[in-house]
Amino acid sequence: MNIYQEELLDHYENPSNYGTLPRCTISHEEDNPLCGDQIRIDLLIEDDTVKEVRFCGHGCTISLAAASMLTEKIEGKSLDEVKQLSKDDILDMIGIPLGPVRLKCALLALKVLKAGAYGITAWPGEEDE
Amino acid sequence: MHKLEFRPFDIEAIRKDFPIFTTDPPLAFLDNAASTQTPRPVVEAMDAYYDTYRSNIHRGIYRISEEATEQYERAREKVAQLINAPRSRQVIFTRNTTESINLVAYSWGSTNIGEGDEIVLTTMEHHSNLVPWQLLAQRTGATLRFVEITDEGLLDFTQLRDLLTEKTKLVAIGHVSNVLGTINPIQSIIDMAHAVDAKVIVDAAQSVPHFQVDVQQLDCDFLAFSGHKMCGPTGIGVLYGKSELLEEMPPFLGGGSMIRSVERDVSSYAELPAKFEAGTPSIAEAIGLGHAIDYITQANLAAIHVHEQELLKYAHQRLEQIEGITLYGPAPHQKMGVISFNMEGIHPHDVAGILDTHGVAVRAGHHCAQPLMKRLDVIATVRASLYLYNTIEDVDRLYEGLCRAQKLMTRRKIT
Repeated sequence: MNIYQEELLDHYENPSNYGTLPRCTISHEEDNPLCGDQIRIDLLIEDDTVKEVRFCGHGCTISLAAASMLTEKIEGKSLDEVKQLSKDDILDMIGIPLGPVRLKCALLALKVLKAGAYGITAWPGEEDE
Repeated sequence: MHKLEFRPFDIEAIRKDFPIFTTDPPLAFLDNAASTQTPRPVVEAMDAYYDTYRSNIHRGIYRISEEATEQYERAREKVAQLINAPRSRQVIFTRNTTESINLVAYSWGSTNIGEGDEIVLTTMEHHSNLVPWQLLAQRTGATLRFVEITDEGLLDFTQLRDLLTEKTKLVAIGHVSNVLGTINPIQSIIDMAHAVDAKVIVDAAQSVPHFQVDVQQLDCDFLAFSGHKMCGPTGIGVLYGKSELLEEMPPFLGGGSMIRSVERDVSSYAELPAKFEAGTPSIAEAIGLGHAIDYITQANLAAIHVHEQELLKYAHQRLEQIEGITLYGPAPHQKMGVISFNMEGIHPHDVAGILDTHGVAVRAGHHCAQPLMKRLDVIATVRASLYLYNTIEDVDRLYEGLCRAQKLMTRRKIT
């Protein structure tokens, strides 16, 4: 299957939750030194639940589409549920096989989210290594 | 060494030696600055070693070990001949350019560089000709100085002249930029460096595979390159050095093969080149490199250069027609077959990803040259790079793929 399929391109063209939150509980930004992609995620947490989320940054189709999909997925979820999200959940959302280089593009948003919300600095899928 | 005569080669015959190009349509492989394809004769030479005389070198008292030793040393002679080294013992086999440069940084650097000394580099160096010198500077208190580049991607010679002083102990410079393709005038740079008594190491990873490099004519002190960028296998590289320097340098890695005699607390070391080749080396790969040298010299280096220049000019003409494309680096006549570019509004990774679906292999990223990316004020670029087996059709496929990328992506920008 082609990386440049419609669903991903739609997310890239019209990303969900793109922007910043002027009033937020957590704001975190990281980049992928391999390709310079950069993503910031702002979270408004109320009652241990993601009340609102926004992301911004620059990157390739995969990294921005994955960020857009991730924000859709976590809105309204509890912090415990969000913490359980794994590399495989992202790959399921993307829905196409990715090589090791593009994998990092896909996982950047989840990495930013977990570092910001839980202080987990490892790449998703490499936490135990 | 007599100068190579230009003799055009038969591109169809060449391509038949590379099974990877037999698909329909054929793969348009345009990532040769990273690593090249391997022709059948090279693979067959390595197979012959594994199938008929597989053994360690320099020690077996039996026929096949003698054969292996002979073939390994013959490869060294072929390298010496290729770069016109006075003696084959000045050719040290390493894993790659990176290891060759690290060898010099550790061995020569540890005894010749001290606090207050200066090492002159350029903004366009590959990380392999930058990080080893950073590490050396941190160990010794030496300072790194950088020659900047002009907006055209050429070295700023006025600044270079100012940087070279009695403090300069080493100039470490790439012969050809792996990102911009710029051919640096290293003959002049070596002469200028020697005028202030500095040594010069040339990173020739992007030059030796593509045109004739003569170490005696250049009078460089060290020169490094890799086998895998010149139709050879991975895992084999070369360091050339002047005899008097190599003789005085302490060993880099210790172990078997590099010793004359070993006692409990002290050892004496073997002569060149064994002093710098500790442990069992990459035997099949060295033999493969020897045959790769046969292959490219038979194809004719002068003809390879002409072929690449023709393709490069054609590629520039075609790519310049694409709206919103930015080409980095100098004009075709001032560079080798490397084209770095960006498409307005499309991430380099997406350009490379779409080209991949179109059967075109290019590189996207910082190309191990982050200071240069910063100088160009880009995060990354797309890079297409040529070699002897590339065709006009490969360039056309690149052009078509880029048009397709543009069609697919340009309306899809975040506003």
